[in-house]
Amino acid sequence: MRFGVIVFPGSNCDHDAFYAAGHNLGQEAQFIWHDSASLGDVDAVVLPGGFSYGDYLRCGAIAKFSPVMAAVKKFAEGGGLVLGVCNGFQILVETGLLPGALIRNRGLKFICREVGLRVETTNSPFTAAAQTGQVLRMPIAHGEGCYIADERTLAELEAEDRVAFRYVDNPNGSLRDIAGILNAGRNVMGMMPHPERATEPLMGSSDGLAVFRSMLQSMVRA
Amino acid sequence: MNAAAITPEIVAQHQLTPDEYGKIVEILGREPNYTELGIFSVMWSEHCSYKSSRLHLKKLPTRGKLVVQGPGENAGIIDIGGGYVIAFKIESHNHPSFIEPFQGAATGVGGILRDIFTMGARPIAVMDSLRFGRPDDPATGPRNRRIVSGVVAGIAHYGNCFGVPTVGGECIFEPCYDGNPLVNVFALGVCRKEDVFYAKAAGVGNPVIYVGARTGRDGIHGASMASAEFTEESKQKRPNVQVGDPFMEKLLLEACLEAMRTGAIVGIQDMGAAGLTCSTCEMGSRGGVGIEIELDRVPQRAAGMTPYEIMLSESQERMLLVADKGREEEVFRVFRKWGLEAVEIGVVTGDGMLRVRHHGEVVAEIPNRELADEAPLYDRPHTVPARPVGQAPDLPVADIQESLPALLASSDLCSKRWIWEQYDYQVRTNTVAGPERADAAIVRVKETGTSVAMALDGNSRYCYLDPREGAKLAVAECCRNLATVGAQPVAATNCLNFGNPEKPEIMAQLVEAIEGMGEACRFFDTPITGGNVSLYNETLGEGIYPTPVLGIVGLLKTAAPVTIPFKNAGRAVVLLGGLGGCNETDFGGTQYAKAILGRLWGIPPALDMEQEKHVHDAIRQILAEGLAESAHDLSDGGLAVALAECSFGPAGIGAQIDLDSDLRPDFLCFHEGPSRILVSTSQPGRVAEIAAGHGVEAPAIGVTIGKEIEIRQRTMTLGSWEISTLKALYDQGLEKQLDAGKKR
Repeated sequence: MRFGVIVFPGSNCDHDAFYAAGHNLGQEAQFIWHDSASLGDVDAVVLPGGFSYGDYLRCGAIAKFSPVMAAVKKFAEGGGLVLGVCNGFQILVETGLLPGALIRNRGLKFICREVGLRVETTNSPFTAAAQTGQVLRMPIAHGEGCYIADERTLAELEAEDRVAFRYVDNPNGSLRDIAGILNAGRNVMGMMPHPERATEPLMGSSDGLAVFRSMLQSMVRA
Repeated sequence: MNAAAITPEIVAQHQLTPDEYGKIVEILGREPNYTELGIFSVMWSEHCSYKSSRLHLKKLPTRGKLVVQGPGENAGIIDIGGGYVIAFKIESHNHPSFIEPFQGAATGVGGILRDIFTMGARPIAVMDSLRFGRPDDPATGPRNRRIVSGVVAGIAHYGNCFGVPTVGGECIFEPCYDGNPLVNVFALGVCRKEDVFYAKAAGVGNPVIYVGARTGRDGIHGASMASAEFTEESKQKRPNVQVGDPFMEKLLLEACLEAMRTGAIVGIQDMGAAGLTCSTCEMGSRGGVGIEIELDRVPQRAAGMTPYEIMLSESQERMLLVADKGREEEVFRVFRKWGLEAVEIGVVTGDGMLRVRHHGEVVAEIPNRELADEAPLYDRPHTVPARPVGQAPDLPVADIQESLPALLASSDLCSKRWIWEQYDYQVRTNTVAGPERADAAIVRVKETGTSVAMALDGNSRYCYLDPREGAKLAVAECCRNLATVGAQPVAATNCLNFGNPEKPEIMAQLVEAIEGMGEACRFFDTPITGGNVSLYNETLGEGIYPTPVLGIVGLLKTAAPVTIPFKNAGRAVVLLGGLGGCNETDFGGTQYAKAILGRLWGIPPALDMEQEKHVHDAIRQILAEGLAESAHDLSDGGLAVALAECSFGPAGIGAQIDLDSDLRPDFLCFHEGPSRILVSTSQPGRVAEIAAGHGVEAPAIGVTIGKEIEIRQRTMTLGSWEISTLKALYDQGLEKQLDAGKKR
């Protein structure tokens, strides 16, 4: 399987996603520069964490206009797997590929901490290898990770089984403890916690591999 | 040339003495103009020239087997094997952080990161050593709290956005930092040995290229500001503090590393203190060449800037590089890709002069070598350091039961989670041991399969009592921290924070601290490869405690770390190095004296460096044989505090210990005698055997148990506590102090 890792100016978890997919998962990985109009030959796209274009405006607000995002949109519309982590989640929300918004943490501070994430659904190519109700340990590292959406959207997410992960102990004020969500087609997922940082025991947890293994399985099956 | 007359008043405003001015005239063979005077004043400021400390810094050991680059470059470089090197250094940003905490601290991080990647190394870790005034003081508390929040947020902002993990550090609160906080930032990067770059210009005719942010009026005379005491007027110097842009720095990092790979770059230096002035004359001086630049070509943020302003601006995120003539386009292409400005502003010449033109006219012409390297050198008078009270007060009967909780909640000893959770300590997925997990931070190097451990230490109370011994103790503690995670210390960097060197008793503190540090670094074989001196840390005539901060790095194999907390009940608790001794005089510098008695007296704990080294060798062997389930050195707060810290792990395991000693209970529990490490093990026999082999005492003092801590002295209980109660105090200590003050 070949993962494409998008690199925006200011991405800083790009190397980590590359290493997780390329080394710890043992698959192919390649970087895709932000001004590429095409994604090339990849099976899945990862939008990594960081501060795209500095994020001096709303997080992800500038990245949304980059040439590569048009290609990512097309790829997603064609059913391609798109995983957005942290800043990647913020960009997916800004782009409209996922609903809702991510605002300043309730405590107003950046938080770097390992958290527990409850798997809410296994009906997705990002969580199929996990168990519903299973608690995965992985870190968060963000200042603006409080997920909000209007009541109708939240109800829709719940009704359509599109909440992928919830925090066991909500660190940032996200509504309904939401940590990760899916699009209606279930091929795009955004999450604030960092699965790529939890892909080997030396880093304190391998639970993040569940996300990458799920993606791999779904590709093998497809 | 501008012939405006230079009056003695103008010279004094530039903090140059009449003698220094005389030397300038002698070098130039004429009176300088205003721009030249400005250039000299920043290069010859204490901050840039080390004129008060240089003579004594020479006493430090700087060579070693693994040292690839010692002091004199942007960072020191150490060979870590496997074809790779690390570059690392510590720097202060004290003065700016007092005037504008957020930007002052942020640009402190930015500056040290540039020092690292200027050498061709990608930064992989940052640590910070912070000193603040008391957050809960009725008078100064509000300002101190604002400084704490601002500094921490500034470090977080810059490091997190840039994408470097902040993996550890230390933070201490003392009244002496009320008007003068210290922000020392350490950074470490890694690169292939053959990819190291130096800040040296070469090749007459080669283009001099400016890259990065535009030059504005910010930070003019920052270096000179950092070379004077604070007065009431300093508050008006806010425009002297630069504004950081970590995104720009991240682009600069990626672009510089990529441009270096083209092979078209000859030398490169960042523009830090003294900006364009420092980078041009230092690069020229190191290469023994001249540099000629045209200021019209320097990208500028404001219109109508004068040559003086352009040369002295300390705008951030700028670099100066020399490229191979004819290959400029390869360099420009990389910077264009990253959306950065890169402009040829001048040329390398053969005459050794720094020649600055503005609208084609020469506005400054100074020999590089004299400007960069021939700054005045002072052997400032130094007496003996002022010793505080030597006499111990009448010590009250100790209440161990009450004292331990109070100590764990005190600002120096409590958890600093409130601070480090604001830092991304994991980005780049190399952090094997982050903040408060083990005695040293550990970052792996993916390319070599080895790891680098690093520790920052400096106890200013000890240094105030005895600068020489205090500095030695800091070196010893750093090395002990590294040994406790199984690392072999290899090299050091230092940040020397002191008061006004023109006062003989302050100068004496500096001299003694340097000499002590040199002696210890020589003994532990940790040459000092670079660092920083920050003097004039005084506000309204009130100096800080002498605060030398040591950063030492060590090497080890990449493996799961042995961390601080006890893991299982029923294990033997062994105190490597033994219970140690203490008397009234030695006890005056402890945290107990500070937090419980509110006093400071006497001398620091006695250090026997031979014994210290034996303890390090013993713990490394114990760890190498896989015998320790946990390891934690004894330092601030002594045995009882270390024991509590070992009990705060996720397993909720504490210990019951019984101490066979005649010492007073308070001395026994809280004295800070060095060379001691607390270990839990299922094989105490083998641990004792190894210790004995190194000539180190290793009494088994107790056993790990669930949920509780109990300390006995010859079967009599001195105190017993629920871990959960102590842990709550420890975890919330800092936040409570920051909040409590607010409610007043």
